[in-house]
Amino acid sequence: MRNSIGTSETSMNGTSLDGALLKVENLRIAFRTDEGQIQAVDGVDLTAQTGRTLGIVGESGSGKSVSTHAIMRLLPGTAVIHPDSSIQFRRKDGTVVEITQLAPTGREMRAIRGGEIAMIFQEPMATFSPVYTIGNHIMEAILAHEEVSKQEARERAIHLLDRVGIANPSRRVDQYPFELSGGMRQRAMIAVALSANPSLLIADEPTTALDVTIQAQILALMRELQEEMGMAILFITHDLGVISQIAHDVVVMYLGQIMERGTVREVIKEAKHPYTQNLLQAIPRLESLGQRLHAIGGRIPSPMERPPGCPFHTRCPQAMPGVCDKAFPETTHFSPTHEVNCFLYEGS
Amino acid sequence: MIRFIVQRFLGMLVTMFFVSVMVFIIMELPPGDYAERYAFRKFSGTGVTVTEADVNNIRVKLGLDRPAYERYFSWIWGIVTKGDFGPAFAFETSVNNVIGQRLWLTLAILFSTLIVTYLVSIPIGIYAAVHRHSIADYSLTVLSYLGLALPNFLLALILLYISVTVLDSSVGGLFSQEFEGAPWSWAKFVDLLKHLIVPAVVLAWSATAFQLQTVRATMLDELNKLSVTAARARGIPEWKVLLKYPARLAINPVVSTVSFDANRIFSELPIVALVLGLPELGELLIKSYIDLDMFVAGAILLMLTFMIVFMNFLSDIALAFLDPRIKLEGG
Repeated sequence: MRNSIGTSETSMNGTSLDGALLKVENLRIAFRTDEGQIQAVDGVDLTAQTGRTLGIVGESGSGKSVSTHAIMRLLPGTAVIHPDSSIQFRRKDGTVVEITQLAPTGREMRAIRGGEIAMIFQEPMATFSPVYTIGNHIMEAILAHEEVSKQEARERAIHLLDRVGIANPSRRVDQYPFELSGGMRQRAMIAVALSANPSLLIADEPTTALDVTIQAQILALMRELQEEMGMAILFITHDLGVISQIAHDVVVMYLGQIMERGTVREVIKEAKHPYTQNLLQAIPRLESLGQRLHAIGGRIPSPMERPPGCPFHTRCPQAMPGVCDKAFPETTHFSPTHEVNCFLYEGS
Repeated sequence: MIRFIVQRFLGMLVTMFFVSVMVFIIMELPPGDYAERYAFRKFSGTGVTVTEADVNNIRVKLGLDRPAYERYFSWIWGIVTKGDFGPAFAFETSVNNVIGQRLWLTLAILFSTLIVTYLVSIPIGIYAAVHRHSIADYSLTVLSYLGLALPNFLLALILLYISVTVLDSSVGGLFSQEFEGAPWSWAKFVDLLKHLIVPAVVLAWSATAFQLQTVRATMLDELNKLSVTAARARGIPEWKVLLKYPARLAINPVVSTVSFDANRIFSELPIVALVLGLPELGELLIKSYIDLDMFVAGAILLMLTFMIVFMNFLSDIALAFLDPRIKLEGG
């Protein structure tokens, strides 16, 4: 099974994960462009636990997608992962691999992709190729990771479609993506992701393109499947409302750095960081009906011109000149799980 | 699917009817007719005075006196029922005899050109897109712009020169002398293939350059699709991802423009054929127009246009197989 030489040193080092399924430490990713390097992710730590959902919240450009693509080694060739970064993942057989050391298109990485870490995306229509049937996509994923006959793979595909709540699965399996409704496509995409029984599911804004009713159904389905299969989920979204429904733990990211982290209760109910507080105020509520929706002032700066110090200081209503623009704040702990990077709390 | 094919087939028949009418109109367009040409040819220099009545007699004899629609229907009727394309006046035989072998040789040139075009442009276009911004990509781009800019006849001359001086082979014509009149055999077929290479390369040159850029551009678009990332995220081997997802869609625009390529080849063929001395239809077409030999011109035009319409039909069917959205939405 194990044939990648670069991983032999880390493979026995299972204790470093402390029982976690995935541990990302000091993840730094830069993109080479004609105008120089762009630091998309700058020192991010993430931990995924079996059976739990970690919500990653942030506006576009916050580096949340880039971070999860790095876990799958799906970044484009222009991306550089800093040598000090570490992504440790516990495989199904119990060994721990250092994902940053694997060749992106190598056999071991491919076995992990889809087989142990699966991904679902925002646009199910674009995720499926329009020229192949739903069944073809699912069977491809099964056949890539298991030694089964085509007939068996097909039966598994039908069973999976049934499992994710698609009616009449034996007919749907031979249909093309454009013959399914949006919600059904999202369900089918989950079926593709689950085909090889992954231990980690990365969901990249899977409910953003759906209407609220379907969104609630999909979130319920994902919770149900998590309870049944016990996988860990990394759930990326910009919507704190969705996070409160699905996540156990939350990380709030801004311009490639973590602003605040904690359990979902801590972050939603006792948000400390001005950025998190502003995001929460931007959610429309029944009580605030008829009032103008709160918006965070200014724009997210281009990653080309990252502000020095705390990257949020250019938009922060509580920014302290001479402090926030000088250095990135140290981490302040409010509880063993709740931590914030903000000068407002430093030293308290 | 069958319904889709039948629909397209009926569409093709309708198109062919209109095309045949247009071809007939084109045949009628040049001033004068073969009766006048015949009279001129037969009696000029003999001192005989030719009167309008004499010309009219010839016209009646050749059947050119009847009204246009009558001549159109008897012409089409002969083609559809007996495969008879009418008389070739200047050759004093039937059109079928004159065109006969040239038609097959023209088709041989057409298909060998298309095969060369696609064998070269599709894999290289895909390679260039996958290795974008590499040295190979840039040099291929330069080469293909060169291909677009270089006139065919010039390339034909260059290749002719190289093959005669360097390779010491005969390129003129489609057969070596010993096979010219010989019956078909394996050796003759191989000889034909050898002679087809130069015209096929010359004619394929610009089409390849064009299609290479098309494949490369479409492939680049397709490579950025989320479905490709999603396939990689399923752990599919990279070569399989590339072939199954972007490459399959990247050849769509090529398949849908097969008839454009055929059209381009037909229009470039006469000049290249002239340089390389190929016995094909284009040269005959020009000659028959000069002679006002209308049935020969009509038969050639009809053959070439029907061929293009038919290729269009085939590419429609092929596209429906490649992309299920087409047949399901159209049917």
